[in-house]
Amino acid sequence: MKRPLIASILALASLLTACGGAAPAATGAPSGGATAAADPCGIPVKGRCPTEASALTGAGATFPAPIYTKWVDEYNKLTGIQINYQAVGSGGGIKSLTDKTVDYGATDGPMSDQQLTDAKAPVLHIPMVMGGVVPTYNIPGVTTPLKFTPDVLAGIFLGQITKWSDAKIVAQNAGVTLPDTAITTVHRSDSSGTTYVWTDYLSKVSPEWKSKAGFANAVNWPGGLGASGNAGVAGAVKNTPGAIGYVELIYAIQNKLGYGSVQNAKGKFVEANLESVTKAADGITLAPDLRVSITNSENADAYPISSFTWTLTYTEISDRSKAQAIARYFWWSTHEGQAFAKDLGYAPLPAAVVAKAEEKIRSITSGGQPVLPK
Amino acid sequence: MTRTFDRAFAAGVAALALLVPLTLAAITVLLLIDSWPSLTTFGLSYFTTTEWDPVKLVFGAAAYVYGTLVTTVVAVLLAAPVAVGAAIYLTEFAPRAVRAPIAFTIELLAYIPSIVYGLWAIFVMVPVMRSVVEPGLQVTLGQLPLIGKLFSGTPIGLDLLSGGVVLAIMILPILMAISREVLLAVPPTQREAMIGLGATRWEAVSRAVLPYARPGIIGGAVLGVARAFGETMAVTMVVGNSSRDISGSLFVPGYTMASAIANQFVEADSDLYFSAIVEIALVLLLVGIIVNGVARVLIHRSIADRPAGAVV
Repeated sequence: MKRPLIASILALASLLTACGGAAPAATGAPSGGATAAADPCGIPVKGRCPTEASALTGAGATFPAPIYTKWVDEYNKLTGIQINYQAVGSGGGIKSLTDKTVDYGATDGPMSDQQLTDAKAPVLHIPMVMGGVVPTYNIPGVTTPLKFTPDVLAGIFLGQITKWSDAKIVAQNAGVTLPDTAITTVHRSDSSGTTYVWTDYLSKVSPEWKSKAGFANAVNWPGGLGASGNAGVAGAVKNTPGAIGYVELIYAIQNKLGYGSVQNAKGKFVEANLESVTKAADGITLAPDLRVSITNSENADAYPISSFTWTLTYTEISDRSKAQAIARYFWWSTHEGQAFAKDLGYAPLPAAVVAKAEEKIRSITSGGQPVLPK
Repeated sequence: MTRTFDRAFAAGVAALALLVPLTLAAITVLLLIDSWPSLTTFGLSYFTTTEWDPVKLVFGAAAYVYGTLVTTVVAVLLAAPVAVGAAIYLTEFAPRAVRAPIAFTIELLAYIPSIVYGLWAIFVMVPVMRSVVEPGLQVTLGQLPLIGKLFSGTPIGLDLLSGGVVLAIMILPILMAISREVLLAVPPTQREAMIGLGATRWEAVSRAVLPYARPGIIGGAVLGVARAFGETMAVTMVVGNSSRDISGSLFVPGYTMASAIANQFVEADSDLYFSAIVEIALVLLLVGIIVNGVARVLIHRSIADRPAGAVV
């Protein structure tokens, strides 16, 4: 519990410097329940608010589904609100929000400009947690973690580097005996936020990748095998000598898969872990709408293939009870909820990002009026 | 009173009976509407190009069609001899006591959920394909001219051949059951006449029974084709799911139409992408209807009564 409390204090402090008007809220949060007791519908969330909706529905990304499920459960104990989150995939989350069949959406890749236009009303992107995507491989006789440069990863997935003994791989991995085995690449056959993050990274580091395949939840792969889900990719890699694929960091950790380190934008080889993933969003300039890709982060300690996962909601929600419930749930998720992240294998948001998220959550209105107290 | 009730009852059951064809019509219309953007944007190039690019929104399903055809052909070529052989044994040679148990066991295969076949295939069959069958084929058949090309490339086990082998096992029961049924429908006079002329069992089967049953057996194979076309889960798990190559080798990862739908519809986030996927579904539905229709005609012709003693 310590970390998020500190984070929220820091966040509130930075908000205070940003706009002086937030003074009462900032003094209220660190001192605990004083303000909240006065206003059950205020923040931080301390319990049931009589005027808010008692049920919400959300749909979207599968990657954060485990933590969303945990949050829904904990939040229900705290407030009694029933939240039904359906992990239908990022594309489905965006579509459900646009069609207004859910109260909020969730996605691993930010909405495109076209999708925002299609939504017909302003949509907020609220970062919730962070994750990384790691290269995992199966090379007979190799047990030491390999180092990958951006060039090598792009070259392998473009089908230009075809043997593990290629000079470009050997150059970064002195001391490892790499066999002459042919490389088989494995990618996700289902559309996935994981693929979005992986291809977004490859597009940033390789102009050739960008023009040939580009980045999206599913792309036109230059070659290799397709397998469904993290488990499918991991299984195909495990069973195919010479294979390399990409999986969620969480999945790799939970299943004790070996994975390589990747050279980041500052030239340092970084192994993916919760700290190095969080670093990817630390000390970097965030776009005002928070639709920001943090792959190939400029932070020198960052793992370069990292990403946010977002929840989505409209800025203006006509049903005030729903607006209140959504704002308060998002607030709780980005603050107290962060405490559950590490245990479930997600990287918590850095304080600066929480501060940005707060601004966004505070901008939720109903009938033009903000739903959270000042 | 009674007559009124009778009328109402007749109308009621007629409505229920109409419900099924109406559902089929509704599905077809819905698929047509949803696939309209793709139909109008890509036209025929949808079937002739292999580029399936959700980023640039260019969709050509030729590689999926190719993967479906190849796995289906492999499946029928592998399953048909086994099914017909088993059916001949069961109808002509097997002792009465074992006929029913063997037939029942083979038909049981039809009731195994396809996901179970998929799991078995990925954990048991694929490693064997990769390390034994495919290298074995490469050093034998792979050395021959022309057909050697079918077995070129690195054996990875997750490829068109594996997809075809799983399908073969899955269509085996329907092929066998129908072959057996049409063989049983061959009038005993056919065999008796041949044997009466001094023919051996082999001659009786090959010259009298099989020719008579041939349309029905072909019909069974066509039904098997229909099943193989639409089979999704088990094939998806072993076929490799990669749409790039139409290379002529069986050892490359492929993609079937059904697995393309299963893999991609969930996150098809642009209208054109979604529409292109629905078009695959529309094609599968239409092909399924046509193929089933043909199969039914063939089987019906074989089982329906014929003038006694006629040799086809």
